[in-house]
Amino acid sequence: MMELSRRAMVLVSGLAWLVGLFLLLPGLITVPVSLNESRFVRLPREHLSLRHYQALFSDPGWLSSFLDSLSIAAAASILATVLGTLCAVGLWRIGSRLVALFGALVLLPMILPPVVAALAMYRTWVALNLYDRWLGVVIAHTIIALPYVVITVTTSLALLDARLEQAARSLGASPLRTLRDVILPNIKGGVVTGAIFAFIISWDEIVVTLFISTRAVYTLPRRMWDGIRENVDPTVAAVASLLMAATVIGVVFALIYSLRKTRTQT
Amino acid sequence: MPGWNVSPAAIAHAAHQAAPGPHRMNPYYGFIAPAILLIILLLLAPLAWLVGLSFDQDGEFSLYWYREITTSSGIRSMLWTTLRIVTITTAISLVLGYLVAFAMAHMGERQRMLLTLCVLIPFWLSVLVRALSWLILLRSNGLINSGLIDAGIISSPLPLVRNEAGVIIGMVHFLVPYAVFPLYAAMRAVDPRLMMAARSVGASTWRSFVDVYLPTTFPAVFGAGMLVFIFGLGFFVTPSILGGGRVVMLSEYVSVSVLQTLRWSLAGALSVVLLLATAALLYLIGKVTNLRKVLGAA
Repeated sequence: MMELSRRAMVLVSGLAWLVGLFLLLPGLITVPVSLNESRFVRLPREHLSLRHYQALFSDPGWLSSFLDSLSIAAAASILATVLGTLCAVGLWRIGSRLVALFGALVLLPMILPPVVAALAMYRTWVALNLYDRWLGVVIAHTIIALPYVVITVTTSLALLDARLEQAARSLGASPLRTLRDVILPNIKGGVVTGAIFAFIISWDEIVVTLFISTRAVYTLPRRMWDGIRENVDPTVAAVASLLMAATVIGVVFALIYSLRKTRTQT
Repeated sequence: MPGWNVSPAAIAHAAHQAAPGPHRMNPYYGFIAPAILLIILLLLAPLAWLVGLSFDQDGEFSLYWYREITTSSGIRSMLWTTLRIVTITTAISLVLGYLVAFAMAHMGERQRMLLTLCVLIPFWLSVLVRALSWLILLRSNGLINSGLIDAGIISSPLPLVRNEAGVIIGMVHFLVPYAVFPLYAAMRAVDPRLMMAARSVGASTWRSFVDVYLPTTFPAVFGAGMLVFIFGLGFFVTPSILGGGRVVMLSEYVSVSVLQTLRWSLAGALSVVLLLATAALLYLIGKVTNLRKVLGAA
């Protein structure tokens, strides 16, 4: 902490608030634009209209993209959560020097520049006949989301006493039984957080998806990408507003939840 | 990419501490096998394939494409553009991030929560929504230009997008939160007695900031800067949309090489360059600072 004079602090926090507004406000602009009555991207002039939302909800294309994204994110997050949790627990209990190597390997998808991962997968997916197929996108998203699950689960495992696992094992429980009855109940929070991370990563993923799918699998980000690049029409602004609303609600809930948690702890 | 909280080293360390005795065969290898195999077979092997392609010139082993990168003036200027934009973006993001983190660390609880929301909401907002928002604001018939024209301040629209300025604005907007979190964590950890000591030996506020506070938080500044720089180098969506095809950065150039000019080997060689740069910067972060601490692991 550092003591500043009152005047200096007012100046610093004033500037910080300007930066905060610079960060927050641009996203909000999609809301009034989506409510404008014309077919152009602009602010509403005379009255508000829901026509772009109507267009959005009556368009089978947007609906099928929504379902594609939802089913892919659900499948990829379940897969990533199962594989990532197993992997984190395994790394936690393996006491060899190889662990550093395995740990780095599992984090690779996160560190790799997105375009490089996309190129590598593109070629391979074509060769494996996974290109432009639902399963192909699910597998790609699973790989990309894996590190986030491993990290969150590893963080909760760090708080868990390893002797619990040793006690269960010495009483004759198999590793899987130990996982189910001893470890999982203690790291539930980390696993759920990891699953949420994985879902959001997959739901939002665009760069790899651009390379490994075209039209048979057409996720929401992919359709938005085309909508923004080709000709911006206000329907995209309506989609953006809905995503914005979901983000605001999610973040506010998460913040309230974490505040409650710290309050009850202190 | 949220979640840059724990380093590979931290995972390895946590795992190592909990290591069982060496005398029994460890059944937990079966636990890590599916994830590790998935990554080796479907990411690492394809990556090796891509690297291999970069040495391929009509079926022969060759460094042709690497020479091409250093000699082609088009590619050199693209790389230079990328470096320039990323450097400027990183510098601006660090200054703005430091300011926000400093204010957050020193303001009251209620204000801090609201400011946190201002950082967190865009952080979690889809990159496409953000690019779209900036396009709506910055286009020549966009909200900023038409507002300024209606107000009579300018007569013709300012070029705010489809140029470097637009790309930098969009990238800074994306990257500031990534700078704020590690900086905030470092500032919360500054021992208040350090600052009291500086003041008590007669340093002015400014002196104690420059000579004590800034150096104390420097490792976090360095780490955050490197992190932002790495992200910036690999950026794809924001430059593609806000650059509008006129500002082509590394990632987009790689994608164009594959999807339009079908030069897989060139894309492979550029990927190797990008990979090496990323690896070198990560190594540097690990060398200079404690990665785990810098990335704000709580």
